[in-house]
Amino acid sequence: MTTPVPDGAPRREVITHRRTAAARSNSQRRGVRRDVTEQTELGVTLMRSLRRAQLRLALVVGIVIAVVVGGIPLLFLAFPAVRDARVSGLSLGWVVLGVLVFPLICVTGWLYVRAADREENEFVDLVERS
Amino acid sequence: MTGSWWPVAAIIAVILATATVGTLGVRSRTTSDFLVASRSVSPLLNASAIGGEYLSAASFLGIAGLVLTYGVDMLWFPVGYTVGYLVLLVLVAAPLRRSGAYTLPDFAEMRFGSLRLRMLSSVLVVLIGWLYLLPQLQGAGITLRVLTGAPQWVGAVVVAVVVSVTVAAGGMRSITVVQAFQYWLKLAAIALPAVLLVGAWYRDGAPVFADGDWGTPLSGYGGRAYPLYSTYSIVLATFLGTMGLPHVLVRFYTNPDGGAARRTTLAVLGLLSVFYLFPPVFGALGRIYTPELAGTSAADTVVLLLPGRVFGGWVGQALSSLVAAGAFAAFLSTASGLSLSVAGVLTQDVLRRGSRFGGVANRFRLSTVIAVAVPVVLALVAGRTDLAQTVTLAFAVAASTFCPLLVLGIWWPRLTVRGAIASLVVGGGSALVAVVAVLAFGPFDGLTQALLAQPAAWTVPLAFISAIVASLATRDRDPRIALSALTRLHSPEELETRR
Repeated sequence: MTTPVPDGAPRREVITHRRTAAARSNSQRRGVRRDVTEQTELGVTLMRSLRRAQLRLALVVGIVIAVVVGGIPLLFLAFPAVRDARVSGLSLGWVVLGVLVFPLICVTGWLYVRAADREENEFVDLVERS
Repeated sequence: MTGSWWPVAAIIAVILATATVGTLGVRSRTTSDFLVASRSVSPLLNASAIGGEYLSAASFLGIAGLVLTYGVDMLWFPVGYTVGYLVLLVLVAAPLRRSGAYTLPDFAEMRFGSLRLRMLSSVLVVLIGWLYLLPQLQGAGITLRVLTGAPQWVGAVVVAVVVSVTVAAGGMRSITVVQAFQYWLKLAAIALPAVLLVGAWYRDGAPVFADGDWGTPLSGYGGRAYPLYSTYSIVLATFLGTMGLPHVLVRFYTNPDGGAARRTTLAVLGLLSVFYLFPPVFGALGRIYTPELAGTSAADTVVLLLPGRVFGGWVGQALSSLVAAGAFAAFLSTASGLSLSVAGVLTQDVLRRGSRFGGVANRFRLSTVIAVAVPVVLALVAGRTDLAQTVTLAFAVAASTFCPLLVLGIWWPRLTVRGAIASLVVGGGSALVAVVAVLAFGPFDGLTQALLAQPAAWTVPLAFISAIVASLATRDRDPRIALSALTRLHSPEELETRR
C-alpha cells in the first residue's frame, strides 16, 4: 500500500506493509493503549470487558463439558437400557468412555482456542485503532 | 518373573538415553535456565514434553490394573486426566503464562502480594509433589521386582538416582528434550503391544469375559461401595486437580506468550487422547488371559506381564522389553518433572539467596536431592496401594487447594488474601487428613472408605465455599494489587510488545 507523501518531501512512492504503517503512526495512537497498561478508569473498564468476554467463553465450554461428560454417569443411572446397550458386543460404557469421549474433548478444545484467539485479536484491534 | 535379561537391557537403554540426552543441556547456569528453559521452547516440542511428563506410572500401569480389577467405571481415570487438561486450557492456560511467574508460589505472590500466602503455597507444592512422586517410585519397585525378582526398594532407588543426576545437572532445558522423547517412547511401548494383543485375541476367536457386572457402569464390581459417589469424586479430582499439579504448571512458563500456551495445551489434548486409547485394552484383555492378577496387589503389573503371557518366544520377549522400557520412561519423566518443580520451590523459598548454601546452581542441586530423598523414604516405609488411587489423592489435594486459588484468583477481582488463605487451609487441610488416614490407617469400611479414598467430592466444594465466604467478609489492604494483577493476566501480549 502507498503512504501519503508529506508536504515538502521529495515525491516518491513508499511501499510498506500494513503493519509497518500501523507501527509508524503509533506515536499518535498510544493513548488508549496507555490507558490499558497504566490502568486509568477507561483502561480498567476496557480490560474488564475483555475479561468478562473471556470468562463467558470459558463458562460456556465448562458448562458444556460438565453437562455432556459429567452427565454420563447420571444417564447410565437413569436409563438402565442405555447402560446395558451393546455396540457390536461391547457395552456402551466401554465405547463412550474408552473411545468416543476423546475426539469430543479435542474438538471442544480446538473450538475454544479459536474463539479465545479471535476475542483477543478483536480487543487488540480495538485498542490500536482508537 | 520371566528371569530374562531382555527387559533389563531395555530399561538400562532407557536410562542411558535419558542420561545422555539430559546432559546435552548441561550448560544451564541462570535461575531462568534451570527452571523454565529461558522460555524458548517451541510448541510441538513443549506439547510432547508435557505429554511425556504427565503420563506417569498411574497412566502407564495403574489404569490397566484398575480396569482389570474393577471394570468399566475405571475408564473415568483416563477420561478425567484428559478433561483436566481441557479445563486447564479454558480457565488458566493463557493467564498463567501472562502472570510471568516461574512457580505456583510466584503466582500467589504476584496476584495477592502476600508473603504468607506465598509460603503456604510453597508448602502445598512440596506436599503434592511428594505425594505424586511416591507412586512413581513404587511403580519402579514393582516393575523391577516382576521382571528380575529384585527387592522392591531397588527400583525406587534406581529411579531416584537417575532423576537426581539429570535434574541437578541440566535443569529444565535438558528435561524438555528428554521428556519429549519419552512421550513418543511411551506411546510406542503401549500402542504396538496393544494392537498386536488385540490381533492375537481376535485370532483366538475373540473370547469374552463372562461376568456381566464387570462391564456394567456403576455396578460397584470388585467390592467398591457407593460407585456413583466415587465416580463423581474421581471426576471432580481429575477435572479440577490437573491445573494444580506443580509439574504441570511450571510447563506453561516455557511458552513464548499466552496464545502459544493455548495452542500448546490443545496439542497436549491430542497427544493424551491418542495415548489413553491403549491402557484399558490391557486391563480388558487381562481379564481373559491373566485373570489371576485381578483384585491382588499384582494387578498393576498386568501391562508388563500380558505380552509375555499371550505371545511366546522372541515376540513375547521383545514386547515385554518394550513395555518395560515404556514403564521406566513413565517413572523417569514424571519423577523428573515433579522433582524439578519441588526443587524449584525449595530453591526459591527455603534455601534462600545469600544463605550459607552458596550460589543458585548449588542451592538448586541441594534442593533436588532433598526433593527426591523424602519420597524415597516414604516409598520404603509406606504400604502398597493401587498406583492410580495414590495419584488420585494427589489430584484431590491439588483440586482442593490450587484450583480455587487459580480459578478465583484469575477471574474474580474480589478474591482477597484471607479468602485465598482460608481456601488453602480448609480445602488442603481436609484433603490431607483424608490422604493420611487412607495411607496410614486404611482401608476402612463402606461409606468411610468412599469418603476418605475419594475425598474430592466434599473437599473441593468446601475449599471454594471457604474462599468465597472469607473474601466477601474481608477486604484487602490494597485492592489495587488485585486489579493490576488481573490486568496483566488478561492483557494480550501484543499490547505490551508493540508499544
